[in-house]
Amino acid sequence: MLIPDIEDEDSAPFWEATARGELRVQACGGCGRMRHPPRPMCPHCRSLATEWRRLSGRATVWSFVVVHPPVLPDFAELAPYPVIVAALEEDAELRMVGNVVSAEGAPINSVDPATLAIGQPLRVAFAEVEGVHMPRWVRD
Amino acid sequence: MIKDRTAIVGIGQTTFGKGIEDSELSLACQAISAALDDAGIAPSEVDGLCMFAMEDGREVQVARNVGCGDVTFFSEIGYGGGAGCGVVGQAAMAVATGQCRVAVAWRARKRASKTSRPWAQTKPVLGGDQQWSRAFGLLRPVDEVALLARRYMHEYGATRDHLANVALAFRKHANRNPNAVMYEKPLTREQYMSARWISEPLCLFDNCLETDGALAIVVVSAERARDLRRKPVYVHSFGQGLPPQHTVMTNYYCDDPLRGPSWACAQRLWANSDFRPADVSCAQIYDAFSPLVPLSLEGYGFCGRGEGGAFTDGGALEWPDGRLPTNTSGGGMSEAYVHGFNLVLEGVRQMRGDSTAQVANATTCLVTSGEGVPTSALLLRN
Repeated sequence: MLIPDIEDEDSAPFWEATARGELRVQACGGCGRMRHPPRPMCPHCRSLATEWRRLSGRATVWSFVVVHPPVLPDFAELAPYPVIVAALEEDAELRMVGNVVSAEGAPINSVDPATLAIGQPLRVAFAEVEGVHMPRWVRD
Repeated sequence: MIKDRTAIVGIGQTTFGKGIEDSELSLACQAISAALDDAGIAPSEVDGLCMFAMEDGREVQVARNVGCGDVTFFSEIGYGGGAGCGVVGQAAMAVATGQCRVAVAWRARKRASKTSRPWAQTKPVLGGDQQWSRAFGLLRPVDEVALLARRYMHEYGATRDHLANVALAFRKHANRNPNAVMYEKPLTREQYMSARWISEPLCLFDNCLETDGALAIVVVSAERARDLRRKPVYVHSFGQGLPPQHTVMTNYYCDDPLRGPSWACAQRLWANSDFRPADVSCAQIYDAFSPLVPLSLEGYGFCGRGEGGAFTDGGALEWPDGRLPTNTSGGGMSEAYVHGFNLVLEGVRQMRGDSTAQVANATTCLVTSGEGVPTSALLLRN
């Protein structure tokens, strides 16, 4: 499968957190604003200080698509499957691409895409894929 | 400002198709050679080279194939289809500022080539922006744009009928253009509505073609242009756009993801122009995917926020009677997808007066590059 580089110097703490079952995002050590994807400098105050803030894990569906073939071989057997953008509860600008699943551990094609709608409430779950703990989303 | 100080005086292209055997380097050289012949300029006079960073052939290879002399300006622009107007605009800037006298810009692309379809060569361990999309199955550019399209439809009430308006208008134009891949293939609304999904809400006909081919243009000073064989097509205004918090492809990470790179680019383009959107005779709008057209219509100021879908109603994009005939050669969806560079050449043909869907008395043409990626645009005039 395609997996993220969990040793990436900017994002490694994200993946260390998910391995503990926590959803954390980078926050500025200076002004406190959260940001995603992670990066070295805060675009609001230019501070290089960062912390990793734990989130509630609650979100809503901001948008979604249903991916149909042709896709890369790793995903071919799963298609068609939905992919969403989740808007996180803590900050309207904080969003993540992800997958809605029917239950923790279920595959990314486990929900009927026809039941998805923008605005549906979500809570985070995690799934291990080749040693990486991927955030997933189940509907509340 | 570079306003009207340079002109496009030569255009050249190869045939479009699938499975063309020539290498991308060979195709690039063929298109550049044809553009120089069209301009009536010798290759040894070429001293400026502007290309997409994604080109397979490098400047040194092009120069020693085409037979350039001393090249004194060369530049590359990244972000795939966002670069098309950018390479032309930087060629114009280089000529206008005296860094070179004859600049060529080009794009050569083959669908099977490693450099042309980066998504198909995704590495198994993902770094950079891709770790936040590809690892979740958001694999292709169409998937990234479809996420924006769904949100756009939700917020503003745009419909699949609006997207079909885009696809059908461009197909009608291609049906008039013998060089278009879809020249002999009409498209009906019924065919559009029953087509298979690619990334729902986008279907097959919301996607551009995948095409092998190359195109090139030649830029010289306005003064020199008046002595050449072709009617000069002036580079009136040029802009690039990279808005706050953008990633390589699309931006879900800001307060307003539907305000794309077009908005940033349009500010510079119009600020440096004597014209307003209402003055534009026709447009060539980057159409890798149909939703990019209403988003760009809004970004470049042809309608208000959220009105891009409705703008396409009533045949507005169609030659000859629409209020803004758009992609008059068929665009990326129905002529050829060569990273939008064919849009530049169609803009030049409209200003010369020899398009196969020629807008009567056309005096200005907007050409845009990829919305959703750091982008660029040109306003051409005759």
